Amino acid sequence: MTRLRLGLAAAGVFCASLALAQAGDPRRSGYQEMGPALRKMQDDDTANPAMLFVQAGAAAWAGKAGAAGKSCADCHGDAAVSMAGVAARYPAVAPTLNRAVDLDGRINLCRTTHQQAPALASESDDLLALGAFVALQSRGLPIAPPDDPGLAAVRTQGAALYERRQGQLNLSCANCHDDNAGRKLAGATIPQAHPTGYPIYRLEWQSLGSLRRRLRNCIVGMRAEPWDYDAAEYLALEAYLMDRARGMLLDAPGVRP
Amino acid sequence: MANILVNAPKTAKKGDIIEIKALIMHPMETGFRPGTNGRIIPRNIVEDFSATWNGREVFRMKMSPAIAANPFVSFFTVATESGTVVLRWSGDGGFVAEHPLAITVT
Amino acid sequence: MPAPRRRAFLAGAAAVTLLPFAAEAMPEALAAAIREVTGGAEPRTGKVTLDIPPIVENGNTVPTTVSVESPMTAHDYVRAIHVFNEKNPQPHVFNAWLSPDNGRATVGTRIKLADSQKIVAVAETSTGEFWAASAEVIVTIAACIEDVT
Repeated sequence: MTRLRLGLAAAGVFCASLALAQAGDPRRSGYQEMGPALRKMQDDDTANPAMLFVQAGAAAWAGKAGAAGKSCADCHGDAAVSMAGVAARYPAVAPTLNRAVDLDGRINLCRTTHQQAPALASESDDLLALGAFVALQSRGLPIAPPDDPGLAAVRTQGAALYERRQGQLNLSCANCHDDNAGRKLAGATIPQAHPTGYPIYRLEWQSLGSLRRRLRNCIVGMRAEPWDYDAAEYLALEAYLMDRARGMLLDAPGVRP
Repeated sequence: MANILVNAPKTAKKGDIIEIKALIMHPMETGFRPGTNGRIIPRNIVEDFSATWNGREVFRMKMSPAIAANPFVSFFTVATESGTVVLRWSGDGGFVAEHPLAITVT
Repeated sequence: MPAPRRRAFLAGAAAVTLLPFAAEAMPEALAAAIREVTGGAEPRTGKVTLDIPPIVENGNTVPTTVSVESPMTAHDYVRAIHVFNEKNPQPHVFNAWLSPDNGRATVGTRIKLADSQKIVAVAETSTGEFWAASAEVIVTIAACIEDVT
């Protein structure tokens, strides 16, 4: 229960710091666009549905896996120490691959390389759980994308995708999320699209999901053809969005409508 | 094993009214939604939730398809004596899950 | 036409049984579900607080808490709380059974609402009284959602 009490105390502290951090910064997290009932659902670690996944992730962290018979903990020890700040600095370049990966990609690299276990399927409960558990360790920390020249090209590609009109409605991400953020689209407030809460428990999904899944929803919503699930375009957009959100505090794992 | 998250005090004074909050991972498929093939996805919900204190039932709830996925319940109960509070969920497809909580009452 | 006659009947009944409980505005399924629980008696308004946001960003998960004023003693306690909805495919939301063991007649959960609609909470006391509260919830949906395929 100490972990729980710490979690509750941390949640309280986090809310306060989120309020402070926003003073002077015109950027708003999707958390701030939600009504009080949903913010309360996110703030309470004992009632946030995302915490079910975090709990599963904590168990997975401690469990041995793969031919190497190792758990995450065997190399990384206490996640609260070793994973602090990690979710805040992905996507990043994986040196062994010499290309950018997101956090899920990095987790799978560890699994295949060090645990000699098969990669976890995208959007699978197992991968989401681990991702949520790791992301939680960066809650309250500022988004800190690496100053890595290797990321420049993918960020530029992401920026171009963000600005590009596409689909039947001929809209770009920027049309809604830059030009009309804060206004209503039907009954919903258009957020500024900063990925501060990922992975999120999206009420629409009734489940936890990744930024990639959310981006696909955006593209379908724009009546554009979504790229294949493992397309490089999503990673480019993620890299751009994290750079655009640089300095904003992570509130993962979040609840969103 | 079902994924369950419970928040309840570990200790209480006799007569205290304590709050118990419980979350369980479950799809709560309503039985009204069509799947991708146009056919209705069969209902799969938790229907019954109960709490017993040292075997004595202190709370019972019947859920319908109108309860949200990953159902959350919060209720109150008077701390009577030290022992075990058992939370129990059951539903479609023979689903049963139990979660015991040890509480010390002084 | 059934509606005006029922309205007149209930207006007459209201004068006797203190019913500002807009029963005539309810679809039959909801009214029938309430009658099933109360045995036909019309619930009185009061004692029940239905805490639910008036406008929600998504109908899939709506935090809802029902509280009933009651001493929760052996002589006077809330025996059950029944919650109903107006526009979902079926009218029930949940039923909860309580006793003096609970100390407080407050139950919280999260519900699904298919559309903007009325929610009704009925409390049944050990002395055989029925008290109710209702709330109107506006359900909005998120703008960019998943394709089922």
